[in-house]
Amino acid sequence: MNLQEKRQRKDQLFAVICLASTITGIVLLALLLCDIFVKGFSWLSWDFICSYPSRFPERAGIKSAFWGSIWLILLTAALALPMGVSAAIYLEEYAPRSRLTKIIEINIFNLAGVPSVVYGILGLALFVRGLSLGKSLIAGALTLSLLVLPIIIISTKEALSAVPKSLREASYGLGASRWQTIRYQVLPSAMPWILTGSILALSRAIGETAPLIMIGALTFVAFTPQTPLDPFTAMPIQIFNWISRPQPEFANIASAAIIVLLLVLLTMNAAAIILRRKYQKKLQG
Amino acid sequence: MNHEEIEISVKNFNLWYADNQALKNINLDIPRRRITALIGPSGCGKTSFIRCLNRMNDLIPTVRTEGEMLLNNENINHKDVDVVSLRKKVGMVFQKPNPFPSSVFENVAYGPRIHGEKNKQQLAQIVEESLKNAALWDEVRDRIDRSALSLSGGQQQRLCIARTLAVHPDIILLDEPCSALDPISTSKIEDLMVKLKEHYTIIIVTHNMQQAARVSDYTAFFLHGKIIEFDETKKLFKKPKEKSTEDYITGRFG
Repeated sequence: MNLQEKRQRKDQLFAVICLASTITGIVLLALLLCDIFVKGFSWLSWDFICSYPSRFPERAGIKSAFWGSIWLILLTAALALPMGVSAAIYLEEYAPRSRLTKIIEINIFNLAGVPSVVYGILGLALFVRGLSLGKSLIAGALTLSLLVLPIIIISTKEALSAVPKSLREASYGLGASRWQTIRYQVLPSAMPWILTGSILALSRAIGETAPLIMIGALTFVAFTPQTPLDPFTAMPIQIFNWISRPQPEFANIASAAIIVLLLVLLTMNAAAIILRRKYQKKLQG
Repeated sequence: MNHEEIEISVKNFNLWYADNQALKNINLDIPRRRITALIGPSGCGKTSFIRCLNRMNDLIPTVRTEGEMLLNNENINHKDVDVVSLRKKVGMVFQKPNPFPSSVFENVAYGPRIHGEKNKQQLAQIVEESLKNAALWDEVRDRIDRSALSLSGGQQQRLCIARTLAVHPDIILLDEPCSALDPISTSKIEDLMVKLKEHYTIIIVTHNMQQAARVSDYTAFFLHGKIIEFDETKKLFKKPKEKSTEDYITGRFG
């Protein structure tokens, strides 16, 4: 075999390995989704979404968990987005390039990798007990905010640093102040990517179970929360609760709830893509 | 040179990037309402110099300067100088056209707006006037609300000039404004420069010797961070005093 053939062989082999990896991933995911749909689809109905949980499987629904999750995600967004984006703007645009800034940035990266259950413990100590917020929605949202803040900060920082230098120079060159340059040029240009990063971070938060269990979210709630101080449950917790019951019907109900959760997630991700497209079109004209 | 009014007077000016000295003891009087060309091989300090005139180098944290650049008897590089109003007086056009990703109108209106102009009629008037002065109005008058990125490279560069004119500067710095443009766009911008010098002091960095010879009144030759020669363009190109100037303009190096 000459060198040329050897090289071609290697090339083909590598392509096959990559293809096999891709197929394995897709097949596993497809199997998982099939399993969930087969079990859960027949349980899906409008009643399922509009009923409270029950100990009778045929009457059980996810109304309280669904609205709990919606509340939770809206509150988390309201808390984490302004804080995360502002922190990123400070770090990227204003902070001096000192060693301290470097250390802070490295630590934010590390925080993004901390297991979520650890944030649950922190939330329990700080918000539930320390601030006496109890097992309330706001305590849950604050905990999830801590969890997603590092991700929002990192993705916003990356979005800001990807804005071309020439755009900043054009603005400064006309006598714009730093704030004007950020407000009118840098932020609008970075917005599509900031939005995408933030929505992906929030969709991670909506699927989190561990920190909510740590702070003591309820598992059986027969009401929808009315204020941020009300106790709550959320979809992942409801799913976890149903799966751990002995009756086989509840496993199917859990599958149905997973489908609803997936739909919410897909909607959020689709929103991220649509928003990004819209902004990019606006920028490119 | 004696008969000219001086706009900017540079005295014993030095500049370092960290430990690397990029400008060495620069002395230069830039005449008012004339075109001054800065020529020299890459890395000789022309761009570093021009970016000091509107403190664009402030954006680079390691830059350190020494010496004076006097504009209306005020040292541009003094730390108390208000950079915002300095940059309003000293506009800049960059090497690559860099319009904002918004409409033609918004591009030109941005400057006046950030300096406090809110009146819509007034803004529309400034935009039209600036576009006319940049010889772009006729080409864009019916697509003023279209994205600036849909214009050609040459039009974008003239838009950048219009945008600079809209804040009514005294001085316009052009950093190789034609290096990314085709010959026709280049000649349009050259004509424009000659027209603009009636009202503005223009300083242009260029790698194109013919361009310097065609448009400028004065030329400074930079080499290794120093000004080797500064004279009326005609004299400098016809009868350079220094050997290295002659070598450079006749294309023997650089």
